[in-house]
Amino acid sequence: MTSAGIKAVWAVLTVVGVIILFWYAASVPMNIKGVLTEFERAGEQVDPPKAVDRRDMSEFELVIDNPYAIDETWEQDRPRLPAPHQVAEELWDTTVEKKITSKRSLIYHSWVTLSATILGFAIGTGLGILLAVGIVHSRVMDLSVMPWAIVSQTIPIIALAPMIIVVLYSIGIQGIIPKAIISAYLSFFPVVVGMVKGLRSPDAMQLDLLRTYNASRSQGFWKLRLPASMPYLFTSLKIGIAASLVGAIVGELPTGAVAGLGARLLAGSYYGQTVQIWSALFAAAILAACLVGLLGLIERAVLKRMGMAQ
Amino acid sequence: MIPVLGAIGVWLFGWWLNSRLACGPYADTKTVRFLAPLIFGLTVIAIWELLVRGLDVPLVILPAPSVIAVRFADSLPILWADFVQTIIKGALSGYIIGCGSAFLMAIAVDRWDFLRLGLLPVGNFVAALPIVGTAPILVMWFGFDWHSKAAVVVVMVFFPMLVNTVAGLREATAMQRDLMETYAATYWQSFLKLRLPAAMPFIFNGLKISTTLALIGAIVAEFFGSPTLGMGFRISTSVGQLSLDMVWAEIVVAALAGTAFYGLVAMIEKGVTFWHPSQRG
Repeated sequence: MTSAGIKAVWAVLTVVGVIILFWYAASVPMNIKGVLTEFERAGEQVDPPKAVDRRDMSEFELVIDNPYAIDETWEQDRPRLPAPHQVAEELWDTTVEKKITSKRSLIYHSWVTLSATILGFAIGTGLGILLAVGIVHSRVMDLSVMPWAIVSQTIPIIALAPMIIVVLYSIGIQGIIPKAIISAYLSFFPVVVGMVKGLRSPDAMQLDLLRTYNASRSQGFWKLRLPASMPYLFTSLKIGIAASLVGAIVGELPTGAVAGLGARLLAGSYYGQTVQIWSALFAAAILAACLVGLLGLIERAVLKRMGMAQ
Repeated sequence: MIPVLGAIGVWLFGWWLNSRLACGPYADTKTVRFLAPLIFGLTVIAIWELLVRGLDVPLVILPAPSVIAVRFADSLPILWADFVQTIIKGALSGYIIGCGSAFLMAIAVDRWDFLRLGLLPVGNFVAALPIVGTAPILVMWFGFDWHSKAAVVVVMVFFPMLVNTVAGLREATAMQRDLMETYAATYWQSFLKLRLPAAMPFIFNGLKISTTLALIGAIVAEFFGSPTLGMGFRISTSVGQLSLDMVWAEIVVAALAGTAFYGLVAMIEKGVTFWHPSQRG
C-alpha cells in the first residue's frame, strides 16, 4: 500500500474513532435521568433525591453530581441513546446467535426487506432502461415524457407509499408485491434520467463515424450507444438501489407489517425498544452498503472487461 | 363502454398532436418544448378521468381527477395548515439548519487535509444509507411536533450537501490558485473571490438534491408520530379512513411544493452561476 493510502486509512479510522467516542460521551447525559430514576427506585442515594427536582435540571449538572452513575448509562435496558457496544451486542445476538428462521432474527427480517428491494429494483431498472431507449429513439416521447421524468425527481414520491399498499391490499394483493412496486417506482426515475444521459453520451464524431460505416439504427444502438451508456447506467443503478431499499422499508410502515426491517423500526418505536431500533437501523445501513458495494464491484468488472476502467 | 372508447380516442388524438408538433417545422421552438409535455399531461388526466368513470372504479381504489380537484378546493384550509406544519416548519427549517451546518463543516474539511481524507469516505458512505430510518429515534428524542421532523431533515440533507460542497471547493485549478498566491491574497480573500464562486455549481447541486430529501424526510417522519396535522399525518390517517381523494389532494400539494421548492433553488442558481457554461447554453 502506498503511504498516501495508509494516511487515508488512518484518517478514516481516526474519524470513526472520534465518532464512537463522541457517541459514548453523548449517551451519558442522554441516559442519566433514566438511570437516576432506576437508582432511586432501587433505594439508593441519589442527588438530588426527588425526581421532580431532577426533571428541570440540566443533564450535565446531574452527571457531575452523580459520577458513580456513569457506568450504568452504558448498560441500561431501554436507554434513550444506547451505547455502541449495546447495539453491537444486539446485532450479534439477533444475527449469529438466532436461527435464521426465527422471528427475532435480523437476518430473517433483512431478507424480507431485501427480497422486496431486489424484485422492485429489477422491475424498476428494467422498465427504466426500456423507457430511456424509447426516449432516445423517439422524438415524440423525448418531448412529451422526458420533462415529466425530470419533474418527478423533485416530488417526494414516497408520499404515495401508504396509498399504494392500502389500494393493492383492497384488491387482494399483499405480501411482497406492494413493497416491490414502491421500490420499483423509486428506482425507476433515476435510471431513466441517467440512462437517457448515457445513451446520448456518444459525441457527434462517433455517430458520424458509424454513419460512414453505413450502420443501421439498431447497430448504432448495440455497438455504440449501449456500451457508451454503461458508466452512466451504473451510477444511476447505485442511486436506484439505495432508493429501492428506502422504498421497501417505508413500504413496511403504514400497514403495520410484521416482518422486515421497517416493521422492526416501527415495533421498536411503539414499544420503546431503542436498542432494537438502532440494530435494525444498522442492519439497514449494512444492507445498503453491501448492495451499493456489490454494484460497485460489478461496475468495475464490467468496465474493465470493456476497457473503460479509469 | 363509450368513455373507454373515448379514452382510447383521446390517447390517439394526443399522440397524433404531439407527433405533429415534434416532427413539424417548429419542433425546436420553446413553445413546442412547453406544449408537448403539457399535452401529454392533459391526455393522461383525461384518460384517467374517462377510464375511472367508464369502468366504475370505486373511490377506494382510484378517485377520478375531478373528484380530487373538488376535494382539493373544498379543503384548502386543512391543506394549508398541513403545508405550513410539514413544509414550512419541518422541512424548511431543517433544510436551512442542515445545509448551513454542512456548508460550515465543508469549509473546515477543506481547510484541513486530514479531515477531508477521513470524513469524505464516511460522508460518501452515509449519503447512500437509508437515513429515513433514524426518524423513529429522532421522534423519540425531540417529541411529536415539527422539531423532530426538522431534525430528521437535518440528518438527511447534511451529508449530500457536505460531499458536494467539499468537491466544489476543490474545483479551482492549481493555476488559478497560484495566481491568487502571486497576488499575495490571504486564505479568506482567495476563498471568497476564487474558490467559493468556483464551488457554486456544486453547492447548488447539493442544495437541489437536498430539496427533495427534505420533503421526503419531513413527510416520512410524520408516519412515526405527529400532532394531529401535517401532510404525512393526513396521508396516513386518510388512507386508514379510505378517503383516497384526500390522500391524492395531499399528494398534489406535495408535488407542487416539491417542484416549487426545487424551481426556487434552480432560479437562485441561475442568478448566482450565470457565468457557468451549463447556464449559458
